[in-house]
Amino acid sequence: MTDRVTLTIDGKQVTVPAGMLVVDAAKKVAVHIPIFCYHPKLGSAAMCRQCLVEVGRPIIDHATGHPELEDGFPRIQFSAKLETACTTLVSEGMVVLTQSERARKGQKEVLEFLLTSHPLDCPICDKGGECPLQNLTMAHGPGKSRFLFDEKHHAEKQVPLGELIFLDRERCIQCGRCVRFQENVAGEPVIGFYQRGRSMDIVSFSEPGFDSVFSGNTTDICPVGALTTADFRFGARPWELMAAASICSQCAVGCNTTLNTRREARSDGQIVVKRVMPRQNEQVNELWICDKGRFAGYHYTERDDRLLKPQVRRDDKFRSVSWDAAFLQAAEKLQDAEKPVFLVSGRLSNEDLFNLLQLADGLGAETLLYTNMGGGDLTGMVGLTSGSNLADLGLGDVILVVASDLQEEAPLWWLRIKQAAERGAMLIVVNPRETKLEKHADYVVRYAYGDEIKTIQDMNKATHKIHKVFAKAANAVIFYGSEGLGLEGSSGLAGACTSLLVDTGHYARPNNGLVGVWQRANDQGAWELGFRPVKDLQVIFDKSEVVYIVGADPVGDGAVRLKKRKPFMIVQELLSTDTVGHADLVLPARAFTEREGTYTSGERRVQRFYQAVPPRGESRPDYEIVAEIAARLDTALEREPGLVMDQLAEHIPAFGGISYLKVSEVVEQWPVINRSELFYGGAVYENTQGLGMQLRPAPVTSFPVSKGKGGLRPKEGLLLAVPVNKLYDQGLTVLSAPLLRERIGELKVCMNPDEADRLGFENGARLRIGLNGNNAKALLVVDPTVPSGILLVPRSMGLPIFEAGMPVLSKVRKKVTG
Amino acid sequence: MNFSRSMVLVSSDPESVRRGADEIYALFEKEIAARDMEGEISISRLTDTGRPDAAPIVVIYPEAVVYGPVNAENVKEIVEEHLYKGRVAEHLLAPTRELSGRIGWLKTRKGTLPAEKRIVLRRAGRIDPENIEEYIAEDGYQALAKALTGMKATEVIDVLKESGLQGRGGAGFPTGLKWSFVAGTQSEKKYVVCNADESEPGTFKDRVILEGDPLAIIEAMTIAGYAVGADEGFVYVRGEYKLAQNRLENAVKQAREYGLLGKNIMDTAFSFDIHIHSGAGAYICGEETALLESIEGKRGEPRSRPPYPTTEGLWGKPTLVNNVETLANVPPILLNGGQWYRQFGTPSSPGTKVYTILGNVNFTGLIEVPMGITLREVVNIYGQGMKDGATFKLAQTGGSSGSVIPASLQDTPMDFESFRKAGVSLGSGALLICDENTCVVDLALVLQKFFKFESCGKCTPCRVGTGRIHEILTGIVEGRGTLKDMENLDYLVDSLTRISNCGLGQTASVPINDVLKYFRPELEAHIKLGVCPCGVCPMSAPVKEPAAVA
Ligand SMILES: Cc1cc2nc3c(=O)[nH]c(=O)nc-3n(C[C@H](O)[C@H](O)[C@H](O)COP(=O)(O)O)c2cc1C
Ligand code: SF4
Ligand code: SF4
Ligand code: SF4
Ligand code: FES
Repeated sequence: MTDRVTLTIDGKQVTVPAGMLVVDAAKKVAVHIPIFCYHPKLGSAAMCRQCLVEVGRPIIDHATGHPELEDGFPRIQFSAKLETACTTLVSEGMVVLTQSERARKGQKEVLEFLLTSHPLDCPICDKGGECPLQNLTMAHGPGKSRFLFDEKHHAEKQVPLGELIFLDRERCIQCGRCVRFQENVAGEPVIGFYQRGRSMDIVSFSEPGFDSVFSGNTTDICPVGALTTADFRFGARPWELMAAASICSQCAVGCNTTLNTRREARSDGQIVVKRVMPRQNEQVNELWICDKGRFAGYHYTERDDRLLKPQVRRDDKFRSVSWDAAFLQAAEKLQDAEKPVFLVSGRLSNEDLFNLLQLADGLGAETLLYTNMGGGDLTGMVGLTSGSNLADLGLGDVILVVASDLQEEAPLWWLRIKQAAERGAMLIVVNPRETKLEKHADYVVRYAYGDEIKTIQDMNKATHKIHKVFAKAANAVIFYGSEGLGLEGSSGLAGACTSLLVDTGHYARPNNGLVGVWQRANDQGAWELGFRPVKDLQVIFDKSEVVYIVGADPVGDGAVRLKKRKPFMIVQELLSTDTVGHADLVLPARAFTEREGTYTSGERRVQRFYQAVPPRGESRPDYEIVAEIAARLDTALEREPGLVMDQLAEHIPAFGGISYLKVSEVVEQWPVINRSELFYGGAVYENTQGLGMQLRPAPVTSFPVSKGKGGLRPKEGLLLAVPVNKLYDQGLTVLSAPLLRERIGELKVCMNPDEADRLGFENGARLRIGLNGNNAKALLVVDPTVPSGILLVPRSMGLPIFEAGMPVLSKVRKKVTG
Repeated sequence: MNFSRSMVLVSSDPESVRRGADEIYALFEKEIAARDMEGEISISRLTDTGRPDAAPIVVIYPEAVVYGPVNAENVKEIVEEHLYKGRVAEHLLAPTRELSGRIGWLKTRKGTLPAEKRIVLRRAGRIDPENIEEYIAEDGYQALAKALTGMKATEVIDVLKESGLQGRGGAGFPTGLKWSFVAGTQSEKKYVVCNADESEPGTFKDRVILEGDPLAIIEAMTIAGYAVGADEGFVYVRGEYKLAQNRLENAVKQAREYGLLGKNIMDTAFSFDIHIHSGAGAYICGEETALLESIEGKRGEPRSRPPYPTTEGLWGKPTLVNNVETLANVPPILLNGGQWYRQFGTPSSPGTKVYTILGNVNFTGLIEVPMGITLREVVNIYGQGMKDGATFKLAQTGGSSGSVIPASLQDTPMDFESFRKAGVSLGSGALLICDENTCVVDLALVLQKFFKFESCGKCTPCRVGTGRIHEILTGIVEGRGTLKDMENLDYLVDSLTRISNCGLGQTASVPINDVLKYFRPELEAHIKLGVCPCGVCPMSAPVKEPAAVA
């Protein structure tokens, strides 16, 4: 048997791999067979029967084993019944007719059946305008229904499956896509079919309802308006929307998105973002995004406390000033200081960071990265390189995830790694407590908090099973996080991971290397450009004259405590943070939705986002603000982001070859998604604005020896507070999304049942936690998966945990309150 | 029930009764008992002779000898001469030339109409189903021994092919051919599955086999395993059949103990084991691919075909799925040969068939008769006539997916081929006999309600279409029917058959199709005249539009 077969579809010849479905083969030659239940990522369900086609196969002469000929052409036998294109496999010499009278009749009849039990409330349906059922009815449907039923199918119209997703039971055509997505793609079967026949309904089995961080995707692939997001419901009509390509700014995965915008009266005639949609990038997020990206993707940029004008502090009050005055003051202050300090974060784009770097160079300033996770110097050296795609990992490859609760920290990586494991890649999860990824792991290694570095170092002994697995693997990738670790601990962990990769030869080639599970979209970019964190920010603040803080809130996070003598603080920000409250000069920056730029994802992929909405107030893009200040210091910096990138590519070797042109290139992706047809891939946007480009492998000759301690260990009689990352935290970005408020909930800390017993606490007890001088109320969750001696405290949930540079873990004083 | 070598039929139409038929019937019973022949000879009543002038008549099978008019004095002689000595009492014969018309069929059946011929039910009720030794004592496991020790796998299949056995689960697919499909696949792993889900309303033939002779199924599956190259089997038993399940479990246990299941059966290289799986309760789980899904632990929904289970069945492996009754035929066929089997039934449909008779007849219950007998025979002989002298109007075969068979097809031999030619279906073995008081529209409505309820909902045409048909029929019986409804019914019947995914949707419209075909006037009466000729339908809802007359 050959591995490719040639067949004819509506007269067009196509050669495709054996084992392909007719519906997909047709797509290859732009024959769009109507479908509802099939989806290229979900496989066949053969439920709707919309894809009926005529299939003929050559008659094989049993004596010769060759097709029988008639006038020199193979004789074709058409099957007696129409076949479903979504289940029929291609075969050599097959003839498929999708438009024959018989096929069209079948398709038309199925459509008519669907319509007779469909409410046809298109005028008030959110899907109206981007609805496959509507489109197919126009294209294939009967002009007029033969059935005039007084008894239309009636069912409940607004059933919350949770607070995020609503179900309209009348509109559901029982295609099962949503159920199959949750089961097969998300691996969280929290919804399902209930009952049989026409009374078959989608129900949610979980508490809270539809408890999955991927739930929003079901609304994109639902072929009718049965599933809608609480976010967009009744928000706008699809045809009024404009679309701008963007990149999710919520984590280091860098999902490709499309921001749909509209000018609306409710926002004073402003153009505003109405929803976040996934944009296809098969190397990054395929057709999906997580609910954080969808429901909290842009809301923070629309907060009322956005900074709109430059301000200076005069007599302890803020006064608005002109940009000119602000630039001038910033330039003077920076120039006058002995050694100014630039404190920047991974929220900024590559262009912003590069201009900052240039300015700092000119001034001889110290540049600092605001983060409490280390190891980026190593991911720059042994991280993923151009040509890497997690979708390529499978049988024979190994993926190790350490110190990270990946679904909470980078949902799409979680998803892609789960899929790689399903394709046969060996998945090793190394974590001090249970996480959702473990269900898909081949090996789970548990260690005690504090032992993370040692655990990985042990694995790298030649006799260790995991070392052997790595040595044998074709490709190996390690994802490391910072669960329970601070800057030093995570740097040490990255070092240990690097040794394992280097010793087993897994670096500097595609699909091999180290990935940091960073908290911000462009942390990797900042490291690549040379920004580095310091152990102790407090010391810096105590001694410096001028600090230029861009995109960071060290005061709000409790990372520094401002004393009587404090440096002159230039704060460039989006929102009125605590740091802004103590600033001397405030420079309002634009949100990523209001400007252009690029982020470098954790996979070292440079991806471009575009402007979607007009800027607020007088805000300016960060790179431009920096260039203006530089101009006042006689340094010429580029103000066009594309040109900044050109400069960047010239100066930073890893970025060599990268340009806006390059990152905007697209090649045809499979499956072929097409917004003009909608039934094949769903409402997901096709990618016409760029698939991004990965950084080069860095030429490395030697690696820093991994040293450093892990995190702290619990001590007798004391609880060790361990910071963990939550997807839905009380960070400003999530908190600004009204929809997610229920999911965020209050501060919940977790401890082991034995520990709770010992201390006399019950599950659900309200505690007051004292941690390094900060106090907060919290709800106690008793959880047997938490090791003893440990108190899990989510990050960004109202209880600052000092981390950047400080001894990471602190002791807890506990007091029960009423 | 035992084998009967002869069957005595006493006419019991009103005229015969007036002339003392009941007395004659009682005398036959008495005389037969007096000679200790009850075990060999059965007595039944016969209606519908069409010859009141020759009444009462007595017909004796298998010779199809007709006596008449018979009086009380003749009985003793007939018993003595014909039944005991085997000589026809010539002088009592009814004048043959007068045997035309409605009882002409009697003569044509000469020699082909024995009393019940029991093959699959031969042990049921006669042995202790929980004791493997009794099974073995009654030929049990001889067929397997014969296959394992003296036959190649292909030879086993050849015998089956020769016998002409067809599937008894409803579709009548040639069993030998199906086995050869599975045998012909290249796979390390194959399965044999027995479909014991029996959930057609009114059908309980499989249950009687399972409860009365469970080891026959175990043995047959083992033979199948050997023939197709499988080493594992599943019996999927309807959830409600608790007794059958227990007996199967027990049978499997005993077979294992006797080395007839498990590793190296009968000390040969062949190994085979069987699991008993309790069904999930839905009708659709009887459909073979839904059944496989259900065994795999998924929601019982039919798969789309191709691929067929014979190439990709349970867990993607080639799988043989056979009905209980089909399998029960296998050991006797192997033991006695394909030709032996062909002596029963018709050339195109050899063998016997087990029916459950229901409805307005005097006898309801289970019979096993050769293929090819007619509905008239079933009603008049085995059913012992319509109750209270009512007139036969229709029969509904095979539970719900069966056909509605009008009186005009009463004399069509009940075999796969003849029925197929007549455009009706034999179904799974239920026969619901209805008299003139049965309204076909009402009957169709009841059946349609069943389909609407049992449609698994997976595919659009059936999910929506079954509901639509039900809705239309409801409208008609409530007096809201319009001529447009007829058109829509025609359309739905055609469409459902053509584009539904599985057998349920494809046959859900069979009853209504038959009604449209054979009882159209009655349906039209509901619509055009607004009356139910049988007075069954409510017709109460106000007529919405003045009845249009075409
Ligand atoms: C809706 C539906 C229900 C069925 N139910 C049964 C059943 O209860 N028992 C059965 O043996 N076959 C049933 N069948 C037929 C099976 O799909 C299959 O044809 C049969 O088990 C094959 O066995 P056979 O070849 O021995 O007849 C059903 C088919 C359909 C479409
Ligand atoms: S809700 Fe949408 S996706 Fe889910 S089964 Fe219904 S129509 Fe399909
Ligand atoms: S996985 Fe990360 S990048 Fe992707 S949508 Fe979610 S938060 Fe955004
Ligand atoms: S035809 Fe009916 S029973 Fe069969 S798959 Fe379709 S909906 Fe289910
Ligand atoms: S059956 Fe093929 S797309 Fe639904």
